[in-house]
Amino acid sequence: METVALSDISLTIYKGEFVAIMGPSGSGKSTLMHILGALDQPTSGKYILDGETVEKLTEDELADIRNRKIGFVFQAYNLLPRTTALDNVMLPMSYAGVSDQEQKDRALRFLELVGLQDRVHHSSNQLSGGQQQRVAIARALVMDPAILLADEATGNISSAQADEIMGIFQKLNDKGHTIIMITHEPDIAHFAKRIIYIKDGKIGEDILNKEQKKI
Amino acid sequence: MNIFKLIITSYRNLAVNKLRTGLAVLGIIIGIGSVIALVSLGQASQQAVQSQIQSLGSNLLTVSPGSQTSGGVRGAAGGRTTLTYDDAKAIESSSKITTVKQVSPVYSSRGQVIAGKSNTNTQIYGVTANYASVRQITLASGSFITARDVASNTKVAVLGPTVVDDLFDGNTNIIGQEIRISGQSFKIIGITSSKGGSGMTNQDDMIFVPLSTAQKQLFGVKYLSSIYLEAKSSDVMIRAQNQVGYLLLSRHKISSPASADFTIMSQQDILNTVSQVSGTFTALLSGVAAISLLVGGIGIMNIMLVTVTERTREIGLRKALGAKKKVIIMQFLIESVILTFTGGLIGIIFGVGGFYVYTKIASSTFVISLSSVFLAFAVSTGIGIIFGWYPARKAASLQPIEALRYE
Ligand SMILES: Nc1ncnc2c1ncn2[C@@H]1O[C@H](COP(=O)(O)OP(=O)(O)O)[C@@H](O)[C@H]1O
Ligand SMILES: [Mg+2]
Repeated sequence: METVALSDISLTIYKGEFVAIMGPSGSGKSTLMHILGALDQPTSGKYILDGETVEKLTEDELADIRNRKIGFVFQAYNLLPRTTALDNVMLPMSYAGVSDQEQKDRALRFLELVGLQDRVHHSSNQLSGGQQQRVAIARALVMDPAILLADEATGNISSAQADEIMGIFQKLNDKGHTIIMITHEPDIAHFAKRIIYIKDGKIGEDILNKEQKKI
Repeated sequence: MNIFKLIITSYRNLAVNKLRTGLAVLGIIIGIGSVIALVSLGQASQQAVQSQIQSLGSNLLTVSPGSQTSGGVRGAAGGRTTLTYDDAKAIESSSKITTVKQVSPVYSSRGQVIAGKSNTNTQIYGVTANYASVRQITLASGSFITARDVASNTKVAVLGPTVVDDLFDGNTNIIGQEIRISGQSFKIIGITSSKGGSGMTNQDDMIFVPLSTAQKQLFGVKYLSSIYLEAKSSDVMIRAQNQVGYLLLSRHKISSPASADFTIMSQQDILNTVSQVSGTFTALLSGVAAISLLVGGIGIMNIMLVTVTERTREIGLRKALGAKKKVIIMQFLIESVILTFTGGLIGIIFGVGGFYVYTKIASSTFVISLSSVFLAFAVSTGIGIIFGWYPARKAASLQPIEALRYE
């Protein structure tokens, strides 16, 4: 049986936007995010990323785009098992040919940014859900990506920590990075400048958030 | 991603499942180990046979009575009695024969030998004076049969060291003593140096007497059992074979070489036959060993496929974070090569060790050709690449999002 996860999606997101995507569970948010992150491709339709039609790119070109332009925080964190927080954060840099020393310096800086400086050498299965989520955020930020995609990135962490993460996102956005995050918490969505509601695979509402919350 | 890091990562991944990794490596250990051991064994036995045959004499041709269909029906004309002393004389004096340096006619038969209270049954060789130089026999003491001995049918004997052991308990101070061969008394004039060898090729278990004495006094025959020829050089062996062959054909009044009542073989012919037999045997053993290596390789492929399936999510994640196909292929190839290389290394140690133990037990020489060791390394690495290729390709072509969803 064929499941239709998304249909009739027509959406343009410009450079420098800060978008929150909201909607009930199973509405297709993650599927949309995977397409935006060049991880998945629509069965029909077209996705143009930074001027390039994604369907026409080779696998290796896509890998390169994911590596350099996109930072992805997965809903299920997806850390490498039996691997330290530090090594997990270093992973995307190892595919970009960054020198060992710089990999380490940068990974340590971003782990500190998400408040995990004292968990650097813990293996991923020794970390709590919230800690794993923060490692995943550090990993998404470490390549300084033009586009940051976060799928329920604050789902498992305290609201104080969530606010801190939002502060990081906003600072990044102020520097010109595009941020797209999925959340079902209205509180979190209000940190964004634009909120898109999805229901049953279709775009319901697409509104500008005039009262953006600032940290 | 540098190779060094990939190797460390692969090593860590393999260490997660130590038992499984160990069992997969075991297949390669057994394969490489048996290949090394059996190939070394084959090479060693071939070398041993070759050096033994070469020690029989250089540029040596052997003329034997009987047709060339050895093992089949012997030539009808006289069977084993077709070679005569006159044939040997003719070869020596013919102006048509330009490639033969020395001719040594021989009549040999078994005989009972008695010395005091000891007795033995050994091969009695009736020879001429140049037998020693044609067959490269040296004397430990005394002197060899002379032309004068042959001319005057003297009853003198030269003993091989095995015979000395059997009759005199190894006491070599026996020159001048008497022995009785087939009831007739012979004076010992020399003892040959040991040449080694065993069974049919044992050159130490024989007694030499003058050819004329053997033919007339001991055995009462007029024919020869063989004529040994020394060619002038190794380059003219075939020409010598032909020249002597045609001379004997015309002497025996036979028109077609196919119905010749004699056979001329060179050392090379004998060597070839023996090498062929032992080569076939080595190839057969190596084939069996190679099959076990193939099975080991399939085991590696199997383990790598399991690994790829187990780590589908990890592969998906790596690709999602920017790993290109080549990097994924490299990672899995390195894992399988680490498996087979380690297996090869341990296999070589076991194979060489096993062969060493064999040489100790069989008291043969321990020689390992470096090339076979390098070949084993190359083969084990190659097996890693060949059998790791398919699983690695499979891993690299996984779709990132499908792989991430995999449970
Ligand atoms: N691999 C898949 N195969 C089939 N259906 C899927 C798959 N992944 C998601 N879906 C379906 O697509 C729809 C959207 O899923 P998803 O994008 O994960 O929703 P959300 O993230 O909004 O909760 C759901 O109905 C889900 O069951
Ligand atoms: Mg989701």
